[in-house]
Amino acid sequence: MADLGTSKDTLIRYREDDPVDHAAVTVDSFLDQSSASAVRVEPGDDARELIPHLERLALVEVNFPAFGDGRGYSSARLLREAGYEGELRAVGDVLVDQVAYMRRCGFDAFDPDAPLSEDDLETAFNRWPEVYQSAADARTPIWSKRHA
Amino acid sequence: MYLYDQYDQAMVDARVAEFRDQAQRRLDGKLSEDQFKPLRLMNGLYLQLHAYMLRVAIPYGTLNSRQMHALADIADRYDRGYGHFTTRQNIQYNWIKLEEAADLLADLAKVEMHAIQTSGNCIRNISSDHFAGAAADELVDPRPYAELLRQWSSFHPEFSYLPRKFKIAVIASDTDRAAMRLHDIGIQIVQNDASELGAAFYVGGGMGRTPMIAPCIKEFVPLDRLVTYAEACLRVYNRYGRRDNKYKARIKILVHEMGAEAYTKAVDEEFERMLEEGIEPPFAELERIRTFFDDPLFEDGASEDIDRSDPDFALWVDRNTVAHKAAGYVSAVISLKPVGGIPGDATSEQMRLMADLAKDYSFDELRVMHTQNIVLPHVRKADLHALWTALDEAGLGSPNLDTIEDIIACPGLDYCSLANARSIPVAQKISERFAANGKTDTLGQLKLKISGCINACGHHHAGHIGILGVDRKGVENYQLLLGGSEAEDVSLAKITGPGFDEAGIVDAVETAADVYLREREEGERFLDTYRRIGMTPFKEALYG
Repeated sequence: MADLGTSKDTLIRYREDDPVDHAAVTVDSFLDQSSASAVRVEPGDDARELIPHLERLALVEVNFPAFGDGRGYSSARLLREAGYEGELRAVGDVLVDQVAYMRRCGFDAFDPDAPLSEDDLETAFNRWPEVYQSAADARTPIWSKRHA
Repeated sequence: MYLYDQYDQAMVDARVAEFRDQAQRRLDGKLSEDQFKPLRLMNGLYLQLHAYMLRVAIPYGTLNSRQMHALADIADRYDRGYGHFTTRQNIQYNWIKLEEAADLLADLAKVEMHAIQTSGNCIRNISSDHFAGAAADELVDPRPYAELLRQWSSFHPEFSYLPRKFKIAVIASDTDRAAMRLHDIGIQIVQNDASELGAAFYVGGGMGRTPMIAPCIKEFVPLDRLVTYAEACLRVYNRYGRRDNKYKARIKILVHEMGAEAYTKAVDEEFERMLEEGIEPPFAELERIRTFFDDPLFEDGASEDIDRSDPDFALWVDRNTVAHKAAGYVSAVISLKPVGGIPGDATSEQMRLMADLAKDYSFDELRVMHTQNIVLPHVRKADLHALWTALDEAGLGSPNLDTIEDIIACPGLDYCSLANARSIPVAQKISERFAANGKTDTLGQLKLKISGCINACGHHHAGHIGILGVDRKGVENYQLLLGGSEAEDVSLAKITGPGFDEAGIVDAVETAADVYLREREEGERFLDTYRRIGMTPFKEALYG
């Protein structure tokens, strides 16, 4: 169940651990300093630059300034593919019609500009009975069920 | 052909339920048009000049008769008794009410059809060779690979908010009947020296306002890595494709600006990393899909004889039938281009007749061609006369495949909110002109394509003769282009010079045709003559 209302009331997390208590820094400042454990990836940033430093990261925020800019989906997935296990939070213009795809790409927290209702989220996550692809989540693709 | 199992059916049913909920929220005023727009676009619902337009996916253009009957019923129930077959091998309905759109999708789902990803910045319906599984010259049937990619691309979590729309075509012969190299990704199934099948990837082609021919970036991807390689191509595009200008957002611009070599290197690096990620379905899944595309039970020793005593029938056979891989069979093309008609339109009655004829004469199968005609892929030569008689009585017997009357035209300003000029009346007047002057037959193969705006839905860049409608100070104006081809001899057409008004463009097409008739050498098509003599003689005749 989502943990609602921690640092601010729009934050929704699907994790057991406590959220990081300090603000995320830009990718450039993160790469320049060793102390930060939270970073914010903008659409134009190369998330791969973070890969050598994953062990000291506890939070990666991926910003969606506009919902139609889908670069953040790839940023999330390649971080998970590289073994990142910390919090991956979608922030910005995050809408209920996108959250199911975001979960599949590895996001496990959302901090949208406009609050999302828990009912709408449950509907969105339960909408698709099956998936056609393997992605960054644990869902079993249809092709795997067909040949189990 | 491919049949859904419980998983495929569950996915389209879920989509109908989701859209019904979204449409209701819009009708109740809980969603604004701005909020609703991206949602309806994911379901192929466009708001056009007069009404909603709904685009139905016909994967790789293949239909059975039950599905064609359902399309006819939808035309009667939700539209005005007709539909429009498109250059993407799909069908569009032009007069849809929002209140009824979810019911329409539910009717489609009952016959294993949908409108998923027929619009929006996602991977669109995948197209293929309309003679797949029938053509005498194909290596294998390309459709199993298209179906594998259809499933991979459906509801793809990473690639549903791409910089721009994304179109994939799959072929498996050296003859290109699908405009493969004018797609974002064109795939040709090929064989290597060890007789193994693989996929050649052509990436970065397209028409639109900046037409480009896709370069081959990989000559041979093994079939058990096909999906992974496609995923790598898409990820590089999703990360680096331009998003600052929608007119520069297609992958062709990325490949062009990076250079094909640098793009390929980025894809290969991504591909190497992805090989560990378990993206590829097991080979058994491809084999499962292949079983749906086994040959029908062709009759051994089917007669090769055709009674050509009726000259009208003989002309239709010569023009509208194509060599088949099985002895005694042909593929028969049903022209949706009657003289003076609207290219690609069919009435519900015509759809029902085509469905019934497919059942009687073509193993229950039909294809939609990107040239907006319908194919019955597997017809016994012995049945051709009966087939033609039935078609001719219904106004579907036009003997004009690949002639100047077989015009591709977008819906244009009669329907489309993007158009600058009408396409349909120009197509009608040109086919009427050439039917009247009797030159159609003499001209032979002459592919004429008309777009009502620079977005090029009518493929004007790829026409032997292309026409582009523009708006010039509030007046419709038509530019003439020559020398394009979407086939294996792919090339982009060039503009002749200043444009013409509506009457003038019809005259200009005839002038260009007359230059060809004057200059041609033995065996040359219009395109061959143009390539040999160049633009100058045409310009002199048009503007001299």
